[in-house]
Amino acid sequence: MHPVFKTVLKRLGLGVATLFVVSAIIFSSISMLPGDFGEAVLGQAATEETVAAFRDELGLDEPAVVRYFQWVGAVATGDLGTSFSGRSSSGVDRSRPVVDLVGPRLWNTLFLAGVTAMIAVPLALLLGLTAALYRGSVYDRAVNVTTLTTIATPEFFVAYILILVFAAINPWFPSLANVQADTPLAERLYRVALPAMTLTLVIVAHMMRMTRAAIINLLASPYIEMARLKGATPREIILRHALPNAWAPIATVIAFNLAYLVVGVVVVEVVFVYPGIGQLMVDAVTTRDIPVVQACALIFAGTYILLNLIADIIGIITNPRLLHPR
Amino acid sequence: MSDAPETYSASAEVGAVRVRRTRTQRAWIVLRKAPISAWFGLLVVTFYLCVAIFAPFIAPYGEADSSFAAYAPWSDEHWFGTDQIGRDILTRLIYGARNTIGIALATTLLAFVIGGSLGLIAAINRSWLDQLISRAVDVLMAIPSLIFALMLLSIFGSTVWSLIVIIAVLDSTRVFRLTRAVAVNVVVMDYVEAARLRGEGLAWVMRREILPNILPPMVAEFGLRFSFVFLTIAALSFLGVGIQPPTADWGSMVRENASLIQFAQFDLRAAFTPLLPAAAIALLTVAVNFIVDWFLQQTSGLRDDL
Amino acid sequence: MTSDLLLDMRDIRIDGFSDERWHPIIKGVNLQLRRGEVMGLIGESGAGKSTLGKAAMGYTQPGCKLTGGSILFDGMDLAAMSEAQKRPLWGTRIAYVAQSAAASFNPAHRLIEQTVEATNRAGLSPNGNPREDAVELYDALQLPNPSSIGARYPHQVSGGQLQRVMTAMAMSPRPDLIIFDEPTTALDVTTQVEVLASMRKIVEEFNTAAIYITHDLAVVAQMADVIKVLRYGEEVEEAETRKMLTAPEMPYTKSLWSVRGLEKPEETSDDLILEVKGVDAAYGVVKVLHDVSITMPRGKTVAVVGESGSGKSTTARVITGLLPQSGGEVLFNGEPLPPQLKNRSRAQLQKIQMIYQMADTAMNPKQTVGEIIGRPLEFYLGFKGRARDARVSELLQMIELDDSFFDRLPSELSGGQKQRICIARALAAEPELIICDEVTSALDQIVQEGILKLLLRLQKEFNYSYLFITHDIATVKAISDEIVVMLEGKVVEQGLKSDVLEPPYPDYTQLLLSSVPEMDPDWLTNLLDARAG
Repeated sequence: MHPVFKTVLKRLGLGVATLFVVSAIIFSSISMLPGDFGEAVLGQAATEETVAAFRDELGLDEPAVVRYFQWVGAVATGDLGTSFSGRSSSGVDRSRPVVDLVGPRLWNTLFLAGVTAMIAVPLALLLGLTAALYRGSVYDRAVNVTTLTTIATPEFFVAYILILVFAAINPWFPSLANVQADTPLAERLYRVALPAMTLTLVIVAHMMRMTRAAIINLLASPYIEMARLKGATPREIILRHALPNAWAPIATVIAFNLAYLVVGVVVVEVVFVYPGIGQLMVDAVTTRDIPVVQACALIFAGTYILLNLIADIIGIITNPRLLHPR
Repeated sequence: MSDAPETYSASAEVGAVRVRRTRTQRAWIVLRKAPISAWFGLLVVTFYLCVAIFAPFIAPYGEADSSFAAYAPWSDEHWFGTDQIGRDILTRLIYGARNTIGIALATTLLAFVIGGSLGLIAAINRSWLDQLISRAVDVLMAIPSLIFALMLLSIFGSTVWSLIVIIAVLDSTRVFRLTRAVAVNVVVMDYVEAARLRGEGLAWVMRREILPNILPPMVAEFGLRFSFVFLTIAALSFLGVGIQPPTADWGSMVRENASLIQFAQFDLRAAFTPLLPAAAIALLTVAVNFIVDWFLQQTSGLRDDL
Repeated sequence: MTSDLLLDMRDIRIDGFSDERWHPIIKGVNLQLRRGEVMGLIGESGAGKSTLGKAAMGYTQPGCKLTGGSILFDGMDLAAMSEAQKRPLWGTRIAYVAQSAAASFNPAHRLIEQTVEATNRAGLSPNGNPREDAVELYDALQLPNPSSIGARYPHQVSGGQLQRVMTAMAMSPRPDLIIFDEPTTALDVTTQVEVLASMRKIVEEFNTAAIYITHDLAVVAQMADVIKVLRYGEEVEEAETRKMLTAPEMPYTKSLWSVRGLEKPEETSDDLILEVKGVDAAYGVVKVLHDVSITMPRGKTVAVVGESGSGKSTTARVITGLLPQSGGEVLFNGEPLPPQLKNRSRAQLQKIQMIYQMADTAMNPKQTVGEIIGRPLEFYLGFKGRARDARVSELLQMIELDDSFFDRLPSELSGGQKQRICIARALAAEPELIICDEVTSALDQIVQEGILKLLLRLQKEFNYSYLFITHDIATVKAISDEIVVMLEGKVVEQGLKSDVLEPPYPDYTQLLLSSVPEMDPDWLTNLLDARAG
């Protein structure tokens, strides 16, 4: 078997194993709940029967391993369980399946993250590359101080400044990004303008610094000096000598920042009251709606693992040492 | 031409000898050469620490004193107005410094105790124990820490103690990785081998040979981790699952007063109220980052010729 | 000067940026080179030879700048030209061969692409087709499978082969001048000979001028017509190679020879301090020592020689207990030593001390000289306070340093002083056996001599036994009584110095000894003739 294929398979296996362990951790969180949990969800007036029925529904009386595999099996077929909210002490159950809650919101979150990534990734790569090429210049130093400041600033501060300037003082954009399933695309883009702008500002700063560091590291290689001493023009050095070796570090930078975007989205969605999965998770945490929290955590962690996996695989398949083994 | 000595003398060989100076003299020399950004950072941090320590003496009113009119505008009695249940914003800001910084500091310290000691042990041991801890950390880091924190808080509830322990454990993974990476480079040094060959015990090797040599990157990391922890706690409080009322805290203050921003066209100053605690958070983390940036430049090159 | 002058560098001054200020690296050096002439540029680390060599191309590394002087190459002043103006010359009329071939080839491209890159860019067609010509060059440089090796990637061939491919790359456009920047330093002696021979052959064949930079006088003697000696960024002297070797003028140049003059009369003894008996050892599943047996007479020096990977350092690790052997035993004063370090008594540890190759990494940078030397005194002998300080200052005197060193940190010492402090730390334990692992190979010649003399004097006074691990035959001659030759984890032979260094030799000893360059310009020619015949 070709070593590239072998290494990719190994990495995929590791990714699956990680996802498995992570899912086990997320699952076991439900067993850590205090004993009187049923009463807390159903209310003080809940009868013993309703509580017992509730425990039975959760399967709390079965062994943890059995429950875990049942849960994994259900998740694999798209069944994420039933929400805790909407239950009452009388036993009337108006709770909804978690999938119905998560589905449309997941789409909204992906839309926001996608719009941000489409602006932020090219912008950050461009800024990082130019800062690396003109390092030490006034431009480079200005960018350094600006990004250092942006990185250290909480997302909600950036968000509220943008709201203040672009929504409150000058009413150009809506400060609440409420979208419905039937909102047309142009309207949707207009409404997510401020959240996307906030996320872009935060991501670009991170990503641009990492790109700059990766490119500088690459340009310090002896083979780049050798290329110069062979009379290669700056254009040839970048395109022919640096770029073929740059895919792995660039992929890592992009994946890391998209993963960061996944987390940044939580705060931004809350600020702009955007109906995404981040806001759903925060609401579920406040009401201690564990099945929803678990589903959201699983989605976030899965995305995170997947992004890192893709970056590693790009690194593997562009590595000449693996592509052309001895 | 050459200045080669005719006869060879070992003690006359050139070696870069430092001028002996006291600690304060050295500190002053370093500070004088510091860039403006570092000076700015140091001043801001000092100011924050003073406010945090002397909060009860500086604050005009009590921390939970809600005996005033709600949403009062900026005035001489209430410089920054009052909040939704009539508490003085300035007072809340001052007490917020104490609570937010204190909790973040405690969390960072705990993270360093856990991550630092495990990292050192893993670096020295380099066998099954190292493997075990490293793989566990890999898995923990495969879940975004804010998400993990949200999940754990939903189970254990948002008390100050669960907040400190949860964030510290999650953050200690990064401390572990750094400590291990730095210490592994020191452990392979010949002087550590020389100490082992001499028959020195593990504790002595850790304390005298390894620790002094990993300190500079650890100090820098402490600054970075502190600002990260500080931002995480602020974010959690802002989301309403962090520090709980009536404790004054900047993250929750932003959330509680956020709606005032909509009044910008009527009273611009009121619209600034929710931005004040947010700015207080940003200013501190920016200041810490400036200091760390400067410290890293110092320790990477200049250290030896002071 | 005649009209065949190719390169004329006058009053070159270069500054380098470190510690936030500019320091002079080259302080006004002149260099003239005629067409077809090979100049050897030698000097110790930090002499500025590499910086001067690159300046001959009109190139300064990032962090360096040319502050004065002119660089006339074939009538053009490179010092006054912009990089865009110089670029058409680089890689075509002036070529560069770097020290680390492995790092200097782009991992993403095939060797042949990189070999002909500059030639194709300039549209040159030496010998018809650049690719076919490259294959001929590979052949001339004695690379295996010259027609197919070009299709390989850099990580697929060995270091010695890469260095030859890089020479082919430099030669491809038929330049007027090649700068060789320590091209064989990273190679083993037996590989070095082959690479040197093929480089010399091809430079002679095309009558190319060259600047050959190295710190090894014996190597440069084989390559160069003239030798220029640099020190602290200034020229010490320049002379024709034979004259330089037989009659150097400046005391500094003479000192570069000195270690080769030092020679210890051999002695032996029947009183054995250490016996390594049939030791096997492995790193994990990889077996690195096979049935190694070595005997050490008390108060004498046994030198262990061999190339990298021969198992000489591993043998030292077994003796010290860092790597427990998987078979055989080690007897110290007739008693078997426990294989595991943790099972050895403090007295056993005390009697065997170790001195390392890199004094830099052997001392904790955060401890003062007083703490470093004082710790074994405290640990083994229970010295405290004043008594300890007094003993430290005695030890400092023994290694020819004084009390002013007491409070210094390792960063405030020169390379030779650091190694002396490490020796003092070993002496402080009052050992019987001292293992010296390449203790002089990181030091400049003149400092090496001082350290070796010190070790010999201490041996005479205190009857220490030395196990001296080295790859340098000159050092072996200077210090040893007996020699052990190792190859691939086995002992090839052990015997008195005179027996090992005189014929008849086993095959490997012969190859190893004959590959060590000698300070004779005809050495390589004679060696190649002898090997061919």
